Amino acid sequence: MRISATVKLLAVGSVALLALSGCSSSSSTNTTKLQSLGTNEKTVSLLGWPGYAEDGSNDPNTDWVTPFETATGCQVTFKPYGTSDEAISLFKTGDYDAIAASGDATLRLIASGDVQPLNTDLIPNYAGVYDFLKNRDWNTVNGLTYGVPHGYGANLLMYNTDVVKPAPTSWNVVFDSASKYKGKVTAYDSPIYIADAALYLMKHNPELNITNPYALDETQLAAAVTLLKAQRQNVGEYWSDYLKSIQSFTTGNTVVGTTWQVIKNSLPATAHTKAILPSEGATGWSDSWMVASKAKSPNCAYAWLNYIDSPQANAAATEYFGEAPATADACKYASKDFCATYNAGDLNFEKQIWYWTTPVANCLDGRTDVKCTDYAAWTKAWQDIKG
Amino acid sequence: MRISKSAKVVLASITSLILTVIYLPLLIVFLNSFNSSVNMDWPPSSFTLIWWQKAFSSTGLIDALSTSLLVAACSTIVALVLGTLLAMALSRYKFYGKNSVSLMIILPIALPGIVTGIALNNAFRTMLGFQLGLATVILAHATFCIVTVYNNALARLNRMGKNMEEASADLGAGIFTTFRLVTLPQLVSALVAGGLLAFGLSFDEIIVTTFTAGGGVQTLPIWILDNMFRPGKAPIVNVVAVFMVIVSIIPIYFAQKLTSKETKN
Amino acid sequence: MALNSGAKVGSEEIRPTFAHRISTVLYSKPKLRLRLLLSAPVIWLGLVYIAALLALLITAFYTVDSFTGNLQPGFALTNFISLFTDSLYSAVTLRTIGIAVGVTIIDVLLALPIAFFMAKIASPKLRGVLVISILMPLWASYLVKAYAWRSVLSNVGIFAWLLRPIGLDTPGYSLSGAGITLGYLWLPYVILPIYSSLEKVPNNLLEASSDLGSKTWGTIRRIVFPLILPGIVAGSIFSFSLTLGDYITINIVGGANQMLGNLVYTNVGVANNLPMAAAIALVPVIIMFGYLTAVRKTGALDNL
Repeated sequence: MRISATVKLLAVGSVALLALSGCSSSSSTNTTKLQSLGTNEKTVSLLGWPGYAEDGSNDPNTDWVTPFETATGCQVTFKPYGTSDEAISLFKTGDYDAIAASGDATLRLIASGDVQPLNTDLIPNYAGVYDFLKNRDWNTVNGLTYGVPHGYGANLLMYNTDVVKPAPTSWNVVFDSASKYKGKVTAYDSPIYIADAALYLMKHNPELNITNPYALDETQLAAAVTLLKAQRQNVGEYWSDYLKSIQSFTTGNTVVGTTWQVIKNSLPATAHTKAILPSEGATGWSDSWMVASKAKSPNCAYAWLNYIDSPQANAAATEYFGEAPATADACKYASKDFCATYNAGDLNFEKQIWYWTTPVANCLDGRTDVKCTDYAAWTKAWQDIKG
Repeated sequence: MRISKSAKVVLASITSLILTVIYLPLLIVFLNSFNSSVNMDWPPSSFTLIWWQKAFSSTGLIDALSTSLLVAACSTIVALVLGTLLAMALSRYKFYGKNSVSLMIILPIALPGIVTGIALNNAFRTMLGFQLGLATVILAHATFCIVTVYNNALARLNRMGKNMEEASADLGAGIFTTFRLVTLPQLVSALVAGGLLAFGLSFDEIIVTTFTAGGGVQTLPIWILDNMFRPGKAPIVNVVAVFMVIVSIIPIYFAQKLTSKETKN
Repeated sequence: MALNSGAKVGSEEIRPTFAHRISTVLYSKPKLRLRLLLSAPVIWLGLVYIAALLALLITAFYTVDSFTGNLQPGFALTNFISLFTDSLYSAVTLRTIGIAVGVTIIDVLLALPIAFFMAKIASPKLRGVLVISILMPLWASYLVKAYAWRSVLSNVGIFAWLLRPIGLDTPGYSLSGAGITLGYLWLPYVILPIYSSLEKVPNNLLEASSDLGSKTWGTIRRIVFPLILPGIVAGSIFSFSLTLGDYITINIVGGANQMLGNLVYTNVGVANNLPMAAAIALVPVIIMFGYLTAVRKTGALDNL
């Protein structure tokens, strides 16, 4: 999720910690899960994206932490982080009981043994979570569940209905025919956006044999880079924070490009925009709450995981952030059209999302005859694309 | 050089034009703090007081503000002490390596913030084994604040000359007494000017702070950045900016008054 | 004042205290005094800052193990080889230097007349007001001001509204947009040192020069300019260095472009490649060192 250049600013204090202290890669995956819960401890320390655990300090009306504290007696301390790298290094200090991590961090935390497998029988609300978010690549390893979902969303295609005609149905409008809107095209400013190009090539250039946009060998990455370099000629600006995206669609500086549903919702009606899921499908994200292997307050951590997937809390948290909730029942507690707007639980919609996963050298699509390009290679490629 | 009337008029109009340009964006910030659109749509279609109300009831904001004030105050104090010591040493003594020392003082401000940021981040964590936190931010800020105090103090010490200090010593005063009763009173206004600039530099610093604060410390600029990423929160940052500009008049005014009083004397 | 404090000094010095004894020792040993004055700041700057810079330099020769993400100490030139051979880095370096030079020139050209007006024409009262008006915007957060410029430069912003009737257009979100915004952000830092160096130029020196028959421009060029050169250079160090390291403004108003700061930032923050970031960071360090060495003789370094 949101590996945005500017959010990262909040964070970078951490950056190389991962490299220097964090990666004792030899440590093994934790496979022992809790068999039963005891009495709640007095405190629980959480780590997550900004806006994932609001306690009313930013806005007295936005508060789903206090009801949890009252109900469980677990006093919450929450620390927001800006990047997945920062999240990992902070989490490795051992100060946190639970973390909300994105798909590009979860596998690293599981592999290094920093998180414990979950006994989902002890998390009653897990039953209510959409099935399609369970047992996926980014939260389950060897049949063990390590994370419970927080919410999910897709990277949609938004366009200005006054300018972009005829109405697009394909990502084609930001790639092969982008020159029509030269200087007014936008794209998400992160190496992970390469997957959007790979997804497009997967559908339009079958000879490249791309089967998973996060598993690209050298040739496939090179094809995606060529496509993105051509797109760069037409890009007015890349966006990373949503205020920037909202403003440029409002002023008409941008007329077509990737977006999130929450951005579409924040745009004034006068901006005449529409957001669609193009025929190729789209990339997206789903974050997971996980419990530290050495959690000081495992009972409170379990209580939080259960709470955040309770219909009321899940509705409050995901509606505040602007993403689809992880449970169907959350829709009952959210505002009227919330779930319809975010296509929550719509299987047809969900099927077309390729959730963000960090590209690694061992191809995620199962190929063993070839090495895939990793995130470092994608980052260098992204810098070259921007030039 | 007598400046002709027409030259005066031209310079006056350039000055007012530049000031207009300087204040134009601030006017936008001011109006946006009342803009009812959460995305700060321009021009504003209607106005509201809700952002001001929200700003004053946001404990997150108040915490960030106090963190920033604390960081700026501590790093200014450290910079005042170290900057004064350096200015005394460099104005009153000749020694080998003097040029290197003066270059060393300037480097933290002359090198781009991102260089200072990643260098200190690397040093704090891997060389010194510190956990990034409030203390590391103060250390980093003080490092680039020293130069403003140093330069102001140095200029003043050079202008003062040594006569008065020597007279004091001749009258039997020890060096501490001389510093306390002779040197310091004359330095005060230079230290206030340098300290104020140091305080301002620290207060609005974001790049070095990003790299030395870790995730736990939220200074005001980092809080502002964070709020750009919360749904429907952006206009609050305009309130903060307007508020800070207004509040800043007080210290700037007094510093200005102090300096101009001295120039008259 | 001198008499007053002198009398006080005399009376206080009669009691021989512990401080007095230290003071006597120190008085007789100027070298010791110098060492004591210097030790704390030199330890701070030398052992923390300079050592940190050197460590960064050394890190640039390390590599990152792509599998574990661990730093591999050693002496590898790979980072420098790609820095010199990959056209990405030279293109971004040239672009960054171009913006920094442009911003600096614009800022100095704008700062000169306003600083001159403040120091030599304005009445003392107006001067005070002007200094305050220059200082005050510094307190409105950098980010907030950059976002305000985003609004000014937009398709429907004030620039477009003012310039379109006369056949021009807003530069929009582009390199020039970023240049204008950066120039705006650093302008007060350029005005202040130029103003304070102009303030030090004695009025009677100017009058003497004109009495001797110099024309206004001649006076400015031969008398005023050499005297305020240190102030100009000091201001330019601010605008040049601050632009060289920026990576936030360019994101907000610079369109799809990137600067050196972005490359450093991405390598540290996204790619987890501190050695490459360190190698790239050496580019602005070398540029600034070159600049500082070149301007050292002007005495500008005492004007920051």
